[in-house]
Amino acid sequence: MPKSLTPRLASLRDEIHGYAKEFGLDFFDTVFEMVSYDEMNMVAAYGGFPTRYPHWRWGMEYEQLAKGYEYGLSKIYELVINNDPCYAYLMESNPEVDQKLVMSHVYGHCDFFKNNFSFRHTNRRMIDDMANHATRVRRWVDKIGVEKVEDFIDRTLSLENLIDQHAPHIRRNPDPQRAEEELKSNERVEGFKVDREYMRGYINPSEFLDSQRKHSEDEKAQRKRFPERPQRDVLYFLLEHAPLEPWEVDILSILRDEAYYFAPQGQTKIMNEGWASYWHSTIMTRRALRDEEIIDYADHHSGTMGVRPGAINPYKLGIELWRDIEDRWNKGKFGKEWDECDDLRARQSWDKKLGAGREKIFEVRKHYNDITFIDTFLTAEFALQQKLFVYGFNEKRNSWEILDREFRKVKNKLLTSLTNFGQPIIEVVDGNYENRSELLLAHKHDGQDLKGDYARETLRNLQSLWRRPVNIITRYDGKGSLLRFDGQHHSEKKVEL
Amino acid sequence: MTLKIHQDHSRFKQIVRGKIKANLRKYVQKGEMLGKKGKDAISIPIPFIDIPRFKYGHKEQGGVGQGDGEVGQQLGPGAVEPGDGHQAGQGEGDHALEVDVTLEELAQILGEELQLPRIERRQSERIVTQKVKYTGVNTTGPESLRHFKRTFKQALKRQIATGTYNPKMPVIIPTREDRRYRSYKLQELPDTNAVIIYMMDVSGSMGDEQKEIVRIESFWLDTWLKHQYKGLESRYIIHDAVAREVDRDTFFHTRESGGTMISSAYKLCREIIQADYPKSAWNIYPFHFSDGDNWSADDTRQCIEMLRTDILPQVNQFAYGQVESPYGSGQFIKDLREAVGDTNNVSLSEIADKDAIYASIKDFLGKGR
Repeated sequence: MPKSLTPRLASLRDEIHGYAKEFGLDFFDTVFEMVSYDEMNMVAAYGGFPTRYPHWRWGMEYEQLAKGYEYGLSKIYELVINNDPCYAYLMESNPEVDQKLVMSHVYGHCDFFKNNFSFRHTNRRMIDDMANHATRVRRWVDKIGVEKVEDFIDRTLSLENLIDQHAPHIRRNPDPQRAEEELKSNERVEGFKVDREYMRGYINPSEFLDSQRKHSEDEKAQRKRFPERPQRDVLYFLLEHAPLEPWEVDILSILRDEAYYFAPQGQTKIMNEGWASYWHSTIMTRRALRDEEIIDYADHHSGTMGVRPGAINPYKLGIELWRDIEDRWNKGKFGKEWDECDDLRARQSWDKKLGAGREKIFEVRKHYNDITFIDTFLTAEFALQQKLFVYGFNEKRNSWEILDREFRKVKNKLLTSLTNFGQPIIEVVDGNYENRSELLLAHKHDGQDLKGDYARETLRNLQSLWRRPVNIITRYDGKGSLLRFDGQHHSEKKVEL
Repeated sequence: MTLKIHQDHSRFKQIVRGKIKANLRKYVQKGEMLGKKGKDAISIPIPFIDIPRFKYGHKEQGGVGQGDGEVGQQLGPGAVEPGDGHQAGQGEGDHALEVDVTLEELAQILGEELQLPRIERRQSERIVTQKVKYTGVNTTGPESLRHFKRTFKQALKRQIATGTYNPKMPVIIPTREDRRYRSYKLQELPDTNAVIIYMMDVSGSMGDEQKEIVRIESFWLDTWLKHQYKGLESRYIIHDAVAREVDRDTFFHTRESGGTMISSAYKLCREIIQADYPKSAWNIYPFHFSDGDNWSADDTRQCIEMLRTDILPQVNQFAYGQVESPYGSGQFIKDLREAVGDTNNVSLSEIADKDAIYASIKDFLGKGR
């Protein structure tokens, strides 16, 4: 089982800790634990939490990790958990230079967890809660039976991505009390206050009054709808309204909690990995590295930064973008003057000696997530320099190929793939569809069709929770389509959108 | 030390086993997994057990990549990982999962699914071998079997009892009486040696597809019989108008033109059995595959004669599989059926195509002999 650090590693940790503080990183206490490769694979399979509830998919994950390790294909270097204190795992068999690299990297992550706004609402006692979740699930397993519980978990996992990614930061439903007041005041439409009777026709023309009335009626009609507004947190809607057994409610809420806990890590993957890489590289090359370690360090660092043509390496893209921002703010490459300058030579040798780079990246790590980060800081020059391109599948040649290198398209594609995790946006629009208490979901189509076989299987799982027939409106080949599963049969019909 | 994950891991394996079982028919018909056979395990590609979600088809989605290349240039194979690119480690994707299954386990699954009976040991003359088993400790025996630990323990006991043991200077000297030896008994074990003699017609009329069927079928026969008998040997005979013994690789990859005289193979099979596999020590399984086209009725008569007098009395089961080919007349199986079809250690099967392999394995192994 996990061991604490050897005295030698503890002293290295203190050293790295000192450098991290010196550079201004700000993090929770960080606890390092030593594990064997097998334990590392296990912890990684559990998503970082060794105390997680029992489920076969951890076993599958483990099988793959263990194989990858045995065949020398992959190796997990670092594993760190967003918690207070942060927990991080070091692999026993790693050489010292790797341990130093990992520690520096980990401090980067911890700083990010503590300071980035996306994590502000995450549970910092998740280690304890995960263990509690496991206990609850085990108790249900003892009571209800492993098959049933597992089956329910499988079905719920199929809906796991139907949460509202931004819920912690915005209030979707207006404050009920205020809504009530608004509604009252809207009951009688009077228009603006008129002091002189002869002005009435001008101040409150009849079209205006009509539109106000209509607005108020719409509002009332909306209140009759269920849910009042489209609900993006499908899991929450099910929790509230699906006819579930108590044990099902408990497990569903556990899975929902965990989905929300992990969501910010998906929203900041590029920033977070980039930030940690930026700091391991800075700490190692400026401070911690000894002469004889340089080759090994360079080897491992470049291994992490390697790119394949068909994928974005978040470590690579992240670190380059952070460095680019630092460089631009150091040299003052921003603002009106910079934007308007089209003299290439001047742009290349641009240097206002501002030296504000470090300060800027610390600020950025606080207030951005991947989408706003890319949107704000990914420039045409950067895309060119990093050789970014859009690829797609060519049906005729049956292969993937490079489609375009144009900056706008690259950036749009990248942003689309990050929006909502690159997952379709799906909402509950009606919980009493056709007045037959059927469930109606709507897919906000953004040019990409849903994968049909997956959609049907997911509907089947959804139906088993909702008990009544379930429907989803989406689009295939540009035409509106209503997929339906009634508990026995799938059907599909054309609808007008 | 057991890790907590092992529970989840074994649950996962259980699920995989269920999947293999459910799709066994498909695996039996497909030959591709045979290439991934190791010494005692096989790697089976099963569809990644994926949790269905509302998601985009990746092919439609495309993505952003990084690196050199002109527009229109193809990305190399394997460059694009299926599934959501930036969510690595979430375990999503369409790729197959390679699972290692031991041949033992595979045989069990095969047996359960096809409801194969356990092979009955031959009753009349039980095949036995003697095995040495160390069962106890004795005061006499050869020096090579001396049990050091027990000997010294005995010496220590004696020294303590006689008061010559000095804890400060623990010198222990065993005498003749202290010596202990391992003793053994001879046990009679039912013998578990078996030999499969594969015979195949490689004349011009047997095409690649027919051979592929034989190859797949032989894999499953091997697997099942290995599960039943610990020491399994295989011999391979190919024949057209003449027969010769070859190694496994040649067996599956030879193609001759020439006519077919099945009797040549049976003759060689008879010789091999007589030379190497006395009935008293071996379970013998000849399997013969052909397209059923023999040179002459006379040759067929010879075959049947040989089967009746020399082969059938010697073997556990004689199996003949007739692979359908566009050129063969398919007469041979009819002749066999007429002549020896009633004999209970003969099993005949017609294999029309790959889909029929499943049923034919059952034909061959279903008798439990």
